[in-house]
Amino acid sequence: MRVALFVTCLNDALYPGTGKAVVTLLERLGVEVEFPLDQTCCGQMHFNTGYRAACEPLVRGFAETFAPYDAVVVPSASCAGMARHFHPQVVAGGNASWRVSDVATRVYELSEFLVDVLEVTDVGAYYPHRVTYHPTCHSLRVLGVGDRPLRLLRAVRGLDLVELPEAEQCCGFGGTFAVKNADVSVAMGADKIAYVHETGAEVLTAADNSCLMHLGGMLSRLRTGVRTVHLAEILAATEEAGAA
Amino acid sequence: MTATYLGMPAFPVAARAAVADTQLRRNLGHATATIRAKRAAVVGELDDWEELRLAGAAIKDRTLRHLDHYLEQLETSLTARGATVHWAVDAAAANAVVAEVAKAHGASEVVKIKSMATQEIGLNEALEAEGIAAYETDLAELIVQLGEDKPSHILVPAIHRNRAEIREIFLRAMPDAPQGLTDRPADLAAAARAHLRRRFLSARVAVSGANFAVAETGTLTIVESEGNGRMCLTLPEVLVCVVGIEKVLPTWQDLEVFLQLLPRSSTGERMNPYTSTWSGVTPGDGPREVHVILLDNGRTRALADTVGRQALRCIRCSACLNVCPVYERAGGHAYGSVYPGPIGAILTPLLGGLTGELENSLPYASTLCGACFEACPVRIDIPEVLLHLRSKAVTAKRHPAQDAAMRTAAVVMRSPRLWSRALRLAGVTGRLFRRGRIRRLPGPGAAWTDARDAPVPARESFRDWWTRTRGSGS
Repeated sequence: MRVALFVTCLNDALYPGTGKAVVTLLERLGVEVEFPLDQTCCGQMHFNTGYRAACEPLVRGFAETFAPYDAVVVPSASCAGMARHFHPQVVAGGNASWRVSDVATRVYELSEFLVDVLEVTDVGAYYPHRVTYHPTCHSLRVLGVGDRPLRLLRAVRGLDLVELPEAEQCCGFGGTFAVKNADVSVAMGADKIAYVHETGAEVLTAADNSCLMHLGGMLSRLRTGVRTVHLAEILAATEEAGAA
Repeated sequence: MTATYLGMPAFPVAARAAVADTQLRRNLGHATATIRAKRAAVVGELDDWEELRLAGAAIKDRTLRHLDHYLEQLETSLTARGATVHWAVDAAAANAVVAEVAKAHGASEVVKIKSMATQEIGLNEALEAEGIAAYETDLAELIVQLGEDKPSHILVPAIHRNRAEIREIFLRAMPDAPQGLTDRPADLAAAARAHLRRRFLSARVAVSGANFAVAETGTLTIVESEGNGRMCLTLPEVLVCVVGIEKVLPTWQDLEVFLQLLPRSSTGERMNPYTSTWSGVTPGDGPREVHVILLDNGRTRALADTVGRQALRCIRCSACLNVCPVYERAGGHAYGSVYPGPIGAILTPLLGGLTGELENSLPYASTLCGACFEACPVRIDIPEVLLHLRSKAVTAKRHPAQDAAMRTAAVVMRSPRLWSRALRLAGVTGRLFRRGRIRRLPGPGAAWTDARDAPVPARESFRDWWTRTRGSGS
C-alpha cells in the first residue's frame, strides 16, 4: 500500500510539528509514508469563499499529485472533507472529473486512517496530561468520524480525558468567517473556551489546526495557560521521546 | 424588489451591536437551549425520523417539479368549494387584493393569524396606508406589534424579549391592560387573552396564511399552539388567506408526513395543540366568504435556481435557527428580513436576489458548521446553498481587495515552486516575532488579532524539513 501524507497548506506553513507527528506516528506503526512535494492546497479557502474558478486548478493539481497513491492521509478533517466531498463537485465532466472523484475516495482524515485502514486504536502513545477534545464541525458533520478520535485518545497511556460540555457546537472559526464576521466568531469562541475552562483541562485538542488556531489565539491572548495541541501530536508522543 | 427591511446594514455590522447586547444574548441563549433540548427529545423517540425527513423532502421535490399542475388543481378544488382564488405575482399585488376585500366589506380593521407570508409582503404597513388597521392575534406577534418592534424568530417572534420587557410593553401600549399587571407568565397571558377576545368579537375580516394547501381537496391547514388562529378562522364573516405557492401538497395523505415533522421540529412537541383545516365555504359554519391569494413574490425566481430551489421545501419550522450558533449570538434582526437564521441567509437572497450589501453579506453569515442541515426536517442542505450563493456573490458585487488576495493566493498555490518560495519568505518574516505569537496584524488581519493572537509562520516549513531530512522524498 502506497501511503501519502497531505500535510495541508496551513500545517506546512504554520504547524509543521503536526506533519512531523503524523510521520513519526505512521512510521512507528510500520507504515512507509511519502510526501509528494507537488502538493500545495486543497482549495477549500477559495471554494468556501465563493471563488470556484480559482479553486479548480488546485483541485486538479491535488488529484494529479495523489493519483498514484492507495491512501492519502490528512491531519485535518476540514481539508479531508473538502477533498472527499467537494472536489468532485468542483470539477465536473470529462476524464479529469473521473480522476478527481477517484482520488477523493482514497482520502482519509488521520483518525479514520488509523481506525479503519490500519485497524488500531492503541497507537502506543504516552501523554500524561489532562486533555479535552473538541470535535470539529467538519469532522462530525462532513466526514462523520464519530468517536474515532476519542477511542484513540482513550487508549493513550497517562492521558486524563475529560468531556467537553456542548462539545458539538461550532467554535466560531469558519475560515474567512473568522475575519468577515469577527464579532460573532469571537463570541462563539469565548463560549467554547468557557466550556474548556470548566473541564479543568491543560490541553485542548482537535483534528483541525484551523479551529485550534482560533481557539488557541484566544486562550493565549487571555493568558489562560491552556494550550492547544493537534490530535496527531498527542498520538505521536511516547515515553521514550518525552511527551511534549 | 428586495426581500429585506429598508435601511438595514450588512450582517456583520448589525451582528456587532447584537453581540454586545447583554439582555439579548441572555434571552436568546436561554430560549434556544430550551427549545433545542425539547426538539432533541421528541425527535429521538421516533425510529423512523430519517425516513420521515426523506419522505418530506421527496414529496416537496415532486410537488415543486410539477408546481404548475398542482397549483391549477388547487385552484380548481378551492373554487369548487366556494373559495375565490387570486394570483399575486408580488407583494404589491397581494396587498392590493387584501385591501380591496376589506374595503368591499367596509372594514376599517382586520384580525390576523400569525403568518410569515403576510410579513414578507409587509401587509400591515400596506393596509395602514389604506386606512385599515391590522391587529396581530398571536401572542408573540402581539408583543412585537405593541412594542413597535420587528420579529426576530420565525416561530417565536418575541424570543428576544423576556417577561419583564413584555410587561413594560403591555403597560405602555395595550390600552386595556389591567392595573398592577405583574410579569408572571399567567398574568401576561390573561391580559393578552382579554385584550384579544374583544378584537375577535368585533372584527369582520380575518387574514391568515397557511402551513399547507392540499391540491386534491382544496384544503388549507394551519397548525398553532394558542387557539387564537382558530378564533380568526371561525368568527369573522370574511377570511383572506395569503399562501405562498410552495405551500401546496398534492394529497390529503401527504399531510401525515408533515404533521409529524413540523411540530417536533418547531416547538419540540409530538403534536401541536390546534390543527385547523378548512376547504372553501361551509354554509352555516365559519366565514361566509373565503379568498385565497396564491403568492409568488420571488418563489419562481428561487425555483429557477437549480441548487437554491431546495429552499422552497422549507416548512418554516425554525429548527435551523435554534441549532445555529451564529443565530444564537447575532439574533434575528441582524439578518435584516422576516426570514432570519440559516434559512433566512439563503431564502432572502433567493427570493429577492443578491441586490444590496445586506443580501450579499447573508451567504457569509455562517461558519458552514452544518448543524442546520442536520436539524432540517425536509433535508435542505443549507451549507450547499450558502456556498452556491457565495459563488454568485463574488461576481454579483466585486470586492477589489478580497478578489486580489484570492487571485494572488490561487496563483501561488497553483505552483509548488512559488508556494515553496512563499513559505521560505514567510519563515524569514516569522523570525521577527520572538514571542512565538503575533499580537497585532495590520489591515484586514486586524480583525483576527483584535481578540486573538495569530500564529507565527514556521522558520522551517514542513516541506523544507522533509527535504532536509528525507531528500526529495517521493
